[in-house]
Amino acid sequence: MNTQLNAVTESQIGPEAGTMAAIPGWRRIYWSVRRELWEYRSIYLAPLAVAGVAVTAFSISVILGIWEPPLRLNPERPVAPFDSAAALLMATCILVSVFYCLDALHGERRDRSILFWKSLPVSDLNVVLAKASIPLVILPLITFAVTVAMQWLMLLVGSAAVAVRGMSVSTLWAQLDPLRMWGLLLYHLLTAHALWPAPVYCWLLLVSGWARRTAFLWAALPVLAVAGVEGILFHSSHFIRVVLSHLVGLAQTAAMAGGRAFPTDAMTRITPGRYLATPGLWIGLMLAALFLAAAVRLRRSTGPI
Amino acid sequence: MTCIEAQGLRKTFGTTVALEGIHLRVEEGRIVGLIGPNGAGKTTALNAILGLTSYQGELKVLGRDPWRARDQLMRDVCFIADVAVLPRWMRVWQALDYLAGVHPRFDRAKAEGFLARTEIRKTHKVRELSKGMVTQLHLALVMAIDARLLVLDEPTLGLDILYRKQFYDSLLNDYFDRSRTILVTTHQVEEVEHVLTDLMFIRRGRIVLDCSMEEVEQRYVEVMVRPEQLAAALALKPIHQRQVLGGSILLFDQVDRQQLAPLGEVRTPGIADLFVAVMTREAGQAQGACR
Repeated sequence: MNTQLNAVTESQIGPEAGTMAAIPGWRRIYWSVRRELWEYRSIYLAPLAVAGVAVTAFSISVILGIWEPPLRLNPERPVAPFDSAAALLMATCILVSVFYCLDALHGERRDRSILFWKSLPVSDLNVVLAKASIPLVILPLITFAVTVAMQWLMLLVGSAAVAVRGMSVSTLWAQLDPLRMWGLLLYHLLTAHALWPAPVYCWLLLVSGWARRTAFLWAALPVLAVAGVEGILFHSSHFIRVVLSHLVGLAQTAAMAGGRAFPTDAMTRITPGRYLATPGLWIGLMLAALFLAAAVRLRRSTGPI
Repeated sequence: MTCIEAQGLRKTFGTTVALEGIHLRVEEGRIVGLIGPNGAGKTTALNAILGLTSYQGELKVLGRDPWRARDQLMRDVCFIADVAVLPRWMRVWQALDYLAGVHPRFDRAKAEGFLARTEIRKTHKVRELSKGMVTQLHLALVMAIDARLLVLDEPTLGLDILYRKQFYDSLLNDYFDRSRTILVTTHQVEEVEHVLTDLMFIRRGRIVLDCSMEEVEQRYVEVMVRPEQLAAALALKPIHQRQVLGGSILLFDQVDRQQLAPLGEVRTPGIADLFVAVMTREAGQAQGACR
């Protein structure tokens, strides 16, 4: 980070101090993120559990013959369980993110451990960025990795079933087109689950650093209040729709075209240009940065509750 | 070298004044006890020194402004609050990994060496440890950090007597050397009495006594006076008087020992008695700053 500045202040303190202070910023971020994964194990356990359930359910459906491999009849059918399983994981990703953000800066104050964290040479900026990276970077990537692993297992089970019935495995693969499916999945997760809802997650983080209790209530009340005032004054509901579209990832409409409802559908074309040209994205990112800056300032002066 | 220097350090919460512009100076290599009743401003002073709270006035800790540079300061400063601050979900190996990851002065092998002397295993979670063991763990982590200032805020609160004694023993034997500074607040005055090199009393946001232990010995005298000599003793203006079986114990500030010897048994007061005497003195009387 600002190593030059540090070097100057170190040299004033003592000759041995400068050489000892060589822990690069990325390493502190790395350990701060690992620390979050230790504390909030649901970040990876929840997607893994959901994926396990999905694979099991799919295997049962294959064994019972509910998932029918006759691909010629209905080309949509082999894809359907893959999509629902992926959708399940995306919903899990949103759910885990929301609950993580509401607790991230609250839990450490509630159990007084903030006094321990603050006794270490890790800045508030570092801590808040590491916490924000969980919903904005880590969870989308974990969701991607788990989804790929899950669909890979489903593909193996499905291929086995197809082969047992003496049908063409390659037709199944050609229809599913896993590489394209996963490429689209990654694109969708980054555009709709990482960047687009950033203001919502950062708002939740800020509230969790501010509220003494019932962080969810404090996060939701202002939104409801604004929506209510808007409804009474103008008989409209723009605000609540904007907020909800930022949370549930309707960025898809901007980031993709064609295809049917599901983002990894084979007919989907990606439209990154249109996505990047959406003002809502940039306004949202600016708000997210503001909320994070406020959260950093707040953490500096708050102690245990 | 000066470790902590405060000039007119002031902190208010709304209309409540927690620190009324205190001046203090702690030299390197000292073990300073900051003693005061509840609500006297001890924790506020420590928080200011640790960069946990904003303040008015001048404050430099190891040459840095704690509020502006807490993260840099924490490379050279360690802090143990009471036992409840280690995160309860954390496993011992996670604490070791994390500290080794973020702290440039943490010596992992040293911490493992300290832990090997205890019942604590690396797979234990903090929530599985007893209060005393959590303190042992925290102390092991902190003693493995080559820091220049260690701040202890009621570190032995709620511990049984064995752990309390062990805590200060290992601190003195395994950690303290003349290049480090320790600042400790506690209500258990007796157990730090023989550890301290300097004594500070704080009352209602003011430092009312700031002495080295040698100065305390020179300056304060306690005399056990029999009833028949009480009037003569009171004439020498003791700062405190308490009744015991068979007489009174009077505490004098800057009165010649030779003058007091005929009145009864003369000795140096304990910190607890001195504390009571200084705290109960009327406001406005001469304050006990030695420097």
